Amino acid sequence: MTSPPVESGRFGPYGGRYVPETLMAALEDLTRVYAEAQRDPRFSAELEALLRDYVGRPTPLTDVPRLSAQVGAGVRVLLKREDLNHTGAHKINNTLGQALLAGRMGKRRIIAETGAGQHGVATATVCARFGLECVVYMGEEDMRRQRLNVYRMELMGARVVPVTSGTRTLKDATNEALRDWVTNVTTTHYIIGSVVGPDPFPRIVRDFQAVIGRECRRQVLERCGRLPRTVVACVGGGSNAMGVFAGFLADRDVELVGVEAAGEGLATERHAASLVRGRPGVFHGSLSYLLQDADGQVQPAHSVSAGLDYPGVGPEHAYLKDAGRVLYEAVTDRQALEAFAGLSRLEGILPALESAHAVAWVLGQPGRWQEGEVVVVNLSGRGDKDVALVAELTGAAI
Amino acid sequence: MSEHPIARRWRAIRAEGGGRERRRAALIPYLTAGYPTPATCIAALRLAEAAGADFVEVGVPFSDPLADGPTIQRSTQAALAQGITVARVLELVGEAQLGIPIVIMTYLNPVLAYGVGRFLADAHAAGASGLLLTDFPAGSDSAVEEAVAASPLALIRLIAPTTSDARLAQAVAGARGFIYFISRLGVTGARPDVPPDLGVQVRRIRAVTSLPVAVGFGISTPAQAAAAARVADGVVVGSALVDALRGGAGEPGAGLNVAERLLRDLAAAVRARGNEVPA
Repeated sequence: MTSPPVESGRFGPYGGRYVPETLMAALEDLTRVYAEAQRDPRFSAELEALLRDYVGRPTPLTDVPRLSAQVGAGVRVLLKREDLNHTGAHKINNTLGQALLAGRMGKRRIIAETGAGQHGVATATVCARFGLECVVYMGEEDMRRQRLNVYRMELMGARVVPVTSGTRTLKDATNEALRDWVTNVTTTHYIIGSVVGPDPFPRIVRDFQAVIGRECRRQVLERCGRLPRTVVACVGGGSNAMGVFAGFLADRDVELVGVEAAGEGLATERHAASLVRGRPGVFHGSLSYLLQDADGQVQPAHSVSAGLDYPGVGPEHAYLKDAGRVLYEAVTDRQALEAFAGLSRLEGILPALESAHAVAWVLGQPGRWQEGEVVVVNLSGRGDKDVALVAELTGAAI
Repeated sequence: MSEHPIARRWRAIRAEGGGRERRRAALIPYLTAGYPTPATCIAALRLAEAAGADFVEVGVPFSDPLADGPTIQRSTQAALAQGITVARVLELVGEAQLGIPIVIMTYLNPVLAYGVGRFLADAHAAGASGLLLTDFPAGSDSAVEEAVAASPLALIRLIAPTTSDARLAQAVAGARGFIYFISRLGVTGARPDVPPDLGVQVRRIRAVTSLPVAVGFGISTPAQAAAAARVADGVVVGSALVDALRGGAGEPGAGLNVAERLLRDLAAAVRARGNEVPA
């Protein structure tokens, strides 16, 4: 099963364009320009060259034998190393593509939202590369937690605007970016960082991230001579997951697992498991699963990982959940921190706390896989940004 | 079928002046439901009617008001903090017992969570006449559009300066009551002037619909209201009024006094236009 056609801008009932009328023209423009770019071989050639020479693609597929031994005898775990991209995460796959689209639309001003700062950094990076003005909205609370990323963005010439409304985290940064876009829509392109927002963003971001899945499928076949039994990725908004899943959706025997943040536990209100615990609602321009109260007010999410700390999720994930094609699970802050430490010690790879959720889920499934089976984890980002936080949470003095 | 309350009010406005050349514009205040308190909000709604408002927009607070500026954001957050729910808003609308038509303004999700059919029925029963959804452009959801069309509530459509000529006809399809023209790019909130191309924009809308055209976003002073009234059929004032109500937070009634003065000045301003004749 593959994803449904998106002529309607929907994935089954999910998705859509629930935005102020002011933005409709920009969404129509983006839809048209993207369709033209998809038909233009020069566009894909330019993007491929940049991904190769600037980002460092293809990213490696790494065997992790010591971690594999913890999962089960004869089970082979492989990591798709998106952490080795330039800027340290998968986010740049999307920001490069969208920056090229902005150029085609004649827009020289770029805005973005960011939580942990990875998407903000990836956006600031491509804006520096193409000489575009860059404004990044970031919750005041997240700016405090991720000071280093704020400085990285500023070094590359971006202006980081603190967001003091609401919960002062990613959802409010997204609100503020949308408010900027409504105000400056004729000159500005909004580079959304995940497979969320109004159509056509969820499919554009998925398409730009699908390079992960294409490479990964080819690499697994070359390396192992077979398809993986299971492909696992963390899900906040869901862009790295959509990117890697895209390569395997048509392979019906490949089990796909999206891992959300269970925060302090699904029994508490402090989690970010939109698909596992939410119900459908309209948020940030599309219909999807959403953490909300009985009155339709969006509930604040919580995760130790700022990149998963989001109450919504991409509409294609909602569709894939209902269709039963992807299994959505959740792991807690504590499990993710253990996996962060485990992968670091066993393999010399510090994962982003986001990606550590996917690793944690695999570590928590003893007996699930038989000897000779292959499990791929999309390691969406590197953990350098999280080292100070992990030290603080584990009481280590650094 | 009897005449819709919103259409009836427009007809009454038209009947007031001596012919269409001297026709006045309607005053359409916006108030956030439950702000600053439920009791003061009800008092403000009644005061708006007494001061000469023709319609009133009542905002249902939403946690993530992405089309609103700081003033209305603060007011909706304050209302939510006081436990204002959709059900409570409808109670307030009923308690206010206004003689002028009420338009409920909100984002889609609180309506979806309440249940679209149930919301439409309960809002009508509470006395509301219209519905304006900020994040619900024409064509975004045919099921919800059909449900509203089949209800007694008029679906007020928003048109923006960026709405293309090609989209305009679609964007007003299914609209009832009036068209709300967003007078400028951006979020709600007071601005110092009125856009110079307002007249051109309003005429562009009149070319595709016979519904009255109200303008809003950024209109805060009587002078701006008078300027907008010269080209449009109605003028929406929101943030300035919400600010006025906040002004009296320390003293009971002081905010209401400030709001009342503003409402009376605005009502006079929309009645004193040197009229541009609709084409």
